[in-house]
Amino acid sequence: MNALKKLFGGNTRQFGMIFALVALIVFFQIFTGGRTLTPGNVINLFNGNSYILILAIGMVLVIIAGHIDLSVGSVAAFVGVSVALAMRDWGLPWWAGVLFGLLLGAVIGAWQGLWTAYVGIPAFIVTLAGMLLFRGFNQFVGKSNTIPVSKEFQFIGSGYLPEIGPNTGFNNLTLLIGIVAAALVVIMSLRTRAANKALGADVPELWVEVTKLVLICGAILYATYLFATGRPGTSFPIPGLILAVLVLIYGFIADKTVLGRHVYAVGGNRHAAELSGVQSKKVNFLVMMNMSILAGLAGMIFVARSTASGPFDGVGWELDAIAAVFIGGAAVTGGVGTVIGSIVGGLVMAVLNNGLQLLGVGADLTQIIKGLVLLAAVAFDVYNKSQGKRSITGMLIKGFQRNNNEIKPDETTSTKEVISKEA
Amino acid sequence: MTSLDTQGDPILLEMRSITKEFPGVKALSNVSLRVMAGEIHAICGENGAGKSTLMKVLSGVYGYGSYTGDIVYQAETQQFKDIRASEAAGIVIIHQELALIPELSIMENIFLGNEPTKWGVIDWTEARKRSLELLARVGLREDPDTPIKEIGVGKQQLVEIAKALNKSVRLLILDEPTAALNESDSQHLLDLILGLKGKGITSIIISHKLNEIEQIADEITIIRDGKSIETLNVKRDGVDEDRIIKGMVGRTLESRFPDHEPKIGEVFFEVKDWTVGHPQISDRLICKGSNFFVRRGEIVGFAGLMGAGRTELARSLFGHSYGRFIKGQVYKDGKQVHLRSVKQAIDAGLGYVTEDRKSLGLNLLDDIKTTTVSAALNKISNYSVVDTRKEFSVAEEYRKSLRTKTPSVEEGVAKLSGGNQQKVVLAKWMFTDPDLLILDEPTRGIDVGAKYEIYGIIQRLANQGKGVIVISSELPELLGLSDRIYTIFEGAITGVLDKNEASQESLMKLMTSARKSA
Repeated sequence: MNALKKLFGGNTRQFGMIFALVALIVFFQIFTGGRTLTPGNVINLFNGNSYILILAIGMVLVIIAGHIDLSVGSVAAFVGVSVALAMRDWGLPWWAGVLFGLLLGAVIGAWQGLWTAYVGIPAFIVTLAGMLLFRGFNQFVGKSNTIPVSKEFQFIGSGYLPEIGPNTGFNNLTLLIGIVAAALVVIMSLRTRAANKALGADVPELWVEVTKLVLICGAILYATYLFATGRPGTSFPIPGLILAVLVLIYGFIADKTVLGRHVYAVGGNRHAAELSGVQSKKVNFLVMMNMSILAGLAGMIFVARSTASGPFDGVGWELDAIAAVFIGGAAVTGGVGTVIGSIVGGLVMAVLNNGLQLLGVGADLTQIIKGLVLLAAVAFDVYNKSQGKRSITGMLIKGFQRNNNEIKPDETTSTKEVISKEA
Repeated sequence: MTSLDTQGDPILLEMRSITKEFPGVKALSNVSLRVMAGEIHAICGENGAGKSTLMKVLSGVYGYGSYTGDIVYQAETQQFKDIRASEAAGIVIIHQELALIPELSIMENIFLGNEPTKWGVIDWTEARKRSLELLARVGLREDPDTPIKEIGVGKQQLVEIAKALNKSVRLLILDEPTAALNESDSQHLLDLILGLKGKGITSIIISHKLNEIEQIADEITIIRDGKSIETLNVKRDGVDEDRIIKGMVGRTLESRFPDHEPKIGEVFFEVKDWTVGHPQISDRLICKGSNFFVRRGEIVGFAGLMGAGRTELARSLFGHSYGRFIKGQVYKDGKQVHLRSVKQAIDAGLGYVTEDRKSLGLNLLDDIKTTTVSAALNKISNYSVVDTRKEFSVAEEYRKSLRTKTPSVEEGVAKLSGGNQQKVVLAKWMFTDPDLLILDEPTRGIDVGAKYEIYGIIQRLANQGKGVIVISSELPELLGLSDRIYTIFEGAITGVLDKNEASQESLMKLMTSARKSA
């Protein structure tokens, strides 16, 4: 037990959420007779959830700043249909379509940010209005029709890393990314360790560090193996790649940049932040705008995956994204949360969905179980806080930021890896 | 049955050797208070002397069992367990912050929690009839249906009294009733209290405005450092303001300050005609044309009673972060500077340490190192990427030099004691390297040992040639620390005294009266 504590950063509760995810995977792996951790299923899981996880990245920033965004599903649908129409009717190439979609997301986000940050209307109201507005726009411009998109565009939602190089029986590119990622994790963690030691900060004992690295690299390589040995023509999916890049970028922004600090500061204590020179309106504006850009991206990926845009795209996505963020340890009152935590929260929901589906559980029961999981995860946090302890997920996340700076989500982020990385 | 004292006046209330402790602090120690029936009894004392605590004990806010001593009211020993119990006995307290609901009407507020009912349904006819009577008694001519938010503070205060009268009050406690009122509203309120006295209602009044106390009180009990010092009879003892002040401050300065040889240089910071309006109330000013200056290496004190406008002045200077800016100029090193946002103020070399550490000064979710660098992130970042190693070493440096007691700079600030939290806040502002640091109640809620250390830090900053403004309610602190002290009363600077000519009496006089010298 002591060894475990050391391994997981002084407090076994820190890895509650990771532990839950691992336990879920193990549970389903056993009860589905090994159908959970097959290449096909893991690839599927990523393809089918990447857009929710992308939304969760934006949503966690919104929630850290003390707001909420209910409009993401509608914004995603509106951007999706607009891009599909622009490509069909104006003949835009796929890349111009993507740029157009991101730009449209930015414009919508600026609209919502303006009302929230500068007029001072609560984001709940602004985005509730946005939810209606942009759903209406989606059906108005799309005339409630299904609009197909081109093969090239579909690549961003359902493509895979190509086969290159000699025939090794694996997807070479996936293999390469996995190995590079594992190597980077090792190098960066050892460098950070050396630097921290030089500064006189506390560093974990060497065997703890080594065990941790072995676990992480093992997970990365196992996931690489899964992705690289899928059905011919499949490998690491493009949406997963986009997600991994976004996790890296936003994790970095939240943790390491002045802007990220300001988001936490505004959410944690707006008045104190303002008296420290933080321009809270600007921060709120940017956070809301960013959310809509990511919603636009998620909408496009979804349209690309389902080969066409429709009038009911994105219905209920806001709830999935918000649930992921709260399961991932964010606080309703703001100031607390991490990108990685929200991804883990999203994966808990995704694995739950996927596993129950594999077991043949109906949609009715699945919803009941998901609802209970959300409630239980947050109740657990609230209970711990009322006991004067830091929230588990809060601890987990803090622990992650503090001690494990070297562990970065990498190119081949997969369920399994995130788990062990978090641990 | 009523007990009689030696002079034959019936005693309404007697509090005998009341002692009330909070964890680590003895707020009241053996306090006694005797109030005669039908008099107006004032309680005077400095901020933090224990006046409000005593009234909370009396009104049951701190219930029976949480203090020691006896409360004898109407010749019976009382054991009020909560505020309802004391109200049932006819003791009503009106707090400094009014307990009215702005969206509800005058009538609804008067009867809130005490609604006249018929068959379980509110009898609005009866309520209206009674509220008209009550409003007439307090001399308020307003429609009972007017929402509270539409009437001024003075009238709101009258509604509070009407509400108290409705509870058949015998002993009315008013905590700073005129603090937020202008002169004519204050006068009206004082007349009303005198009128109630004529109708047999006894009042206890807590006020910093000594002229008002002199005007209406029959007896004055002075409390200092949680002890009752003396009770003065205004007529018999010929009490005047000076006499009250002497009782309030009569303590000797102990050597609670590190030795310090001031090295004072040129005037480098000057504020002229600084005028700021109240953030909500349009015709009220919170700073009335203030002029002051600070020299390099100088520690300048700002003395004033609570609500005098010290914090408002500081915050309005610090990037207009409070109130409505009306006019005024700020000169730094001879050049005019504009401080329209906090960022501009920080860039111009100002720092402001708030009096309200928990809600305005700290993000309690943060750890020490994040807090230390939070006002000067640009100093530890390249291309807006925070260098976390630099962050750590900066925080570590301040932890050592300020001797912050913490296992590590990665500890959450919420876990630190008040003194150590204050050191972290000081570190945060020291790291911005300000030329002028404004410290608002820098030692509030901090134990004596930590105070001494904070005084040392302040003196070190001054020795580095920075100007330091210290706002404090504790006069001994200002006298021990400052090279020069400005006094503020009702938003206006009423005087400035050099270290050697300032005394608690002279300061208190300037703090409690309108402009005598400028």
